Amino acid sequence: MADLFTILAVTAGAVLFLAGTVGLLRFPGTLARLHALTKVDNLGLGLVVLGLMPQMGFLAAAKMLAVWLLVQLSGAIVTQILARSVRGGGER
Amino acid sequence: METGFDIALALLLLCVGGWSVIARNMMTAVIVFIAYGLLLSLAWVRLHAIDVSLTEAAIGSGATGLLMVIAAHKVAGDTKRVVQLSRGFHVLAAVFAALVAVGIAALAFVLPGEPSSLAAPVLERLPDSGLGNPVAGVLFVFRSFDTLLEKVVLLLALIGVWALARDADWGGVPGLRLFRERHSVLTLLARTLPPIGFVFAIYMTWAGADVPGGAFQGGTVLAAMWILVMVAGVRRPPRISSPPLRLAIVAGPVVFLAIGFLGFLAPGAFLAYPEGFAKPLIVAMETALTLSIAVILGLLIAGPPKGEDAP
Repeated sequence: MADLFTILAVTAGAVLFLAGTVGLLRFPGTLARLHALTKVDNLGLGLVVLGLMPQMGFLAAAKMLAVWLLVQLSGAIVTQILARSVRGGGER
Repeated sequence: METGFDIALALLLLCVGGWSVIARNMMTAVIVFIAYGLLLSLAWVRLHAIDVSLTEAAIGSGATGLLMVIAAHKVAGDTKRVVQLSRGFHVLAAVFAALVAVGIAALAFVLPGEPSSLAAPVLERLPDSGLGNPVAGVLFVFRSFDTLLEKVVLLLALIGVWALARDADWGGVPGLRLFRERHSVLTLLARTLPPIGFVFAIYMTWAGADVPGGAFQGGTVLAAMWILVMVAGVRRPPRISSPPLRLAIVAGPVVFLAIGFLGFLAPGAFLAYPEGFAKPLIVAMETALTLSIAVILGLLIAGPPKGEDAP
């Protein structure tokens, strides 16, 4: 049961990674590319972490959750900075 | 399956490395080089060299990458400062680089049959030092002289960067200004991330005695947090003439040397540890080194001191 959950979640995460990478390469314009990239950061990595959690002990699972949360924080902020510089001008 | 992954990784490394060399645009080359460093750290993980992998990701890719981004940004659009090399020079450089690569590869093939490894004697004597991580053992017990010199090299590099300052600016504030105005989102990150990074850096240094980690890795994380704070403009870099700053820079090498000379008194040799005191002395050295490495790396990125009106 746990194995089935892992396979489903990690596969879904991998599909998101693939879709996000294709989007990053093919989408027109920086804002659209950022849109594709954030999905990979949030949902793709989240699904991979969620899928791997039942395979680990409690401590390792908590560590992976912490990694995901840190990526959320830095990913969201870096995307904001990039998007603002595309729209021209720093503070708004 | 695993072999397939390794082969794919090696091919990817070759491709990305080649791309970084032939990239036309300097900024592209730098960004590809950073990606190359991250892939290389994955390769070190595959070779079970976690310590090397952490250092490669932090120093080779992160700190060096940031230095090169800043350098590429400074010379971009400034045609006077970019030296155009002739095609012949490029070919000559490529020929010499290829000769070096072929020479090293040839040497690897003509080495004497039985590779001599010191791994077994190291592991046998490691418990005497009180350390559990063989890499930390080699760095601080068996080859501590090399480690000392490495830290002094960092110090010399910083002096080299400071030497680029104009006379009038000497002793002033480093001229790191990536954003013209305060950036509210970046300020948020610079206020939320450092507490986490600070705890993590201390953990990495402390845990380095028994598991992968140590002064270099912990110091780099500390430096990254400081750079984030400086780039976001939450705190200005300090004046380079500030005495506490100078003290922090030399703390690591000074403690290292002091403990080294202490070795003359007790066991009777430079950098030898008295019986039973190896672990506490090494922890003291690692703590001082972490501080020095963090401050030196941060100041390397912050650049030479620059007056307010200087270009």
